[in-house]
Amino acid sequence: MALAGKKFSIFANIILVLLCLSCILPLLLLVSSSVTSEAALNRNGYAFWPAEFGLDAYKYLWHSRAQIARAYGMTFMATLCGTSLNVALTTLLAYPLSRRTLPGRNFFSFMVFFTLLFNGGMIPSYLTWTQMFHIKDTFWALIFPNLLMNGFGVIVMRTYFSTSIPYEILEAARIDGAGETKTLLSIVLPLSKPILSTTALLSGLAYWNDWINGLYYLVKRTDLYTIQNLLNRLIASADFISNNAANSAITAGITVPSVGVRMAIAVIALVPVMAVYPFLQKGFVKGIVIGGVKG
Amino acid sequence: MQNTMKRRGELIRQLKRHWPLYVMMLPGLAYLFINNYLPLAGLQLAFKKFKYNLGIWGSPWNKGKNFTFLFRSKDAGIIIRNTLGYNLTFLVLGTVMALAVAILLNEVRRKKLQQTYQTIILIPHLISYVIVSYIAYAFLGGDNGMINNSLLIPLGFESIPWYTKPGYWPFILIIIHLWKVFGYNSIVYYASIVGIDRTYYEAAVVDGASTWKQITAITLPMLKPVIITLTLLSVGRLFYSDFGLFYQVPMNSGLLYNTTNTIDTFVYRGLLETNDIGRASAAGFIQSIMGFVLILTTNAIVRKVEAEHALF
Repeated sequence: MALAGKKFSIFANIILVLLCLSCILPLLLLVSSSVTSEAALNRNGYAFWPAEFGLDAYKYLWHSRAQIARAYGMTFMATLCGTSLNVALTTLLAYPLSRRTLPGRNFFSFMVFFTLLFNGGMIPSYLTWTQMFHIKDTFWALIFPNLLMNGFGVIVMRTYFSTSIPYEILEAARIDGAGETKTLLSIVLPLSKPILSTTALLSGLAYWNDWINGLYYLVKRTDLYTIQNLLNRLIASADFISNNAANSAITAGITVPSVGVRMAIAVIALVPVMAVYPFLQKGFVKGIVIGGVKG
Repeated sequence: MQNTMKRRGELIRQLKRHWPLYVMMLPGLAYLFINNYLPLAGLQLAFKKFKYNLGIWGSPWNKGKNFTFLFRSKDAGIIIRNTLGYNLTFLVLGTVMALAVAILLNEVRRKKLQQTYQTIILIPHLISYVIVSYIAYAFLGGDNGMINNSLLIPLGFESIPWYTKPGYWPFILIIIHLWKVFGYNSIVYYASIVGIDRTYYEAAVVDGASTWKQITAITLPMLKPVIITLTLLSVGRLFYSDFGLFYQVPMNSGLLYNTTNTIDTFVYRGLLETNDIGRASAAGFIQSIMGFVLILTTNAIVRKVEAEHALF
């Protein structure tokens, strides 16, 4: 709550409106350019308002819909699998670590914490995953490296368990004869919805937006590309999608509106995130607060 | 003697009681072992000539040649300078900007408006760097970019081929980085400002303190622990750069390496593009070790100066 003068409050509003515009206008540039006719784009370049409305880019992408739909399918699958596993693994590790009476608790906590201080870096990690576990060019490449679980999430969740769930409740459950698994499932988890949804949200966003695992580990199997990988490939070579599409007879004779296509496919990748964001916005803010303050 | 017997009995009883908890921890610990501990063995590659068929353990040692080669080339200086230089700039500008925005957010009186601002400034955080690179391209593209076509040419300037001119990129990358992270960091700081006891401000107003005075005498001192924690975390990551920002946004353009190449992009290219694993693993080794040393020393310093703010 503010106690400062009214003038300062007006000043704050002006600056914040400008900052908000700086966040939105770049997206508008993408959208506007994607619905501008290819001729106008070639003449005037990308602009915040379409000089000449046209759906050339989307029409063209419609021919590659199979490829785009497949990439979306991979993104959904990876996000779903990855996030469920992440939440499960994080919870199963964090809960025991939150129990003060567990012998060896400090040792295991340190094992988790140490991963935040020191790591082998990208090359050792790459060689471990490819040479020992052979995940190159498999679906698992999108799931396993780095994203599946991280020590930070475990520590945040452990802190939540040990501060928000009274020990007396656990003790009461034990006296009533509930086993550890039952206690976790029917007492701890229902009380931990905020932290569970936060973990799921952050992990889901990380999987949805990830392109690095695909870049490192998917070399030949471009059919496993997520939408982010497809985009990444397209920016490097705008004809990646046209090359593939050219193989089908449907597109024969169509010239690629490549200037607009770039923006259109970026918009297609952006839409789902922006569509669900308003509903999840509160959760994100909560997640940032939990994750950011508890360092 | 009897005492130790008793303690051992107690330990066994505890283990028996808790065994399901150990089983629960197994998958998570196994993952950390595979993803975080096993690769540590790969650090030795920095001192070896890596051969794919011989693997990490079988490859022969090469007496620090990787480091000699790395430091004899000009890459070493460039990637270390860029990684540290960008990170320090990001740290200073990013903190100042996030604090400023958090304080401004706190001055907005209408709750609805405040929530709208928070929602919008968080948007860049949700966008992947691949999409950010498309946005950057929409602005900076040589032939079709918005800046060249709608600003420079109409105003009578010559268009600039941004993706071939390394001199502009420090500014471009700093702006994009700040754009991407300021909302996130402001919300972290804002959450702490909300937690400050209002009576401090009420007393300050009674004493006639100006807005500026309230910020410097109450808000900032109260935020000190959070600022220290977040700074500490950043200092620990001074040798790590955001791969997406430095690889994706400049579109891996070779002409820009002088100002866009960092340890992470260098390691990636060495591993997967140029097959220069020797120098890349030497650079990765420096990154891992320096990251570790930095976080330990900064934490030790903070612990000496203000023990309660230390991370561990």
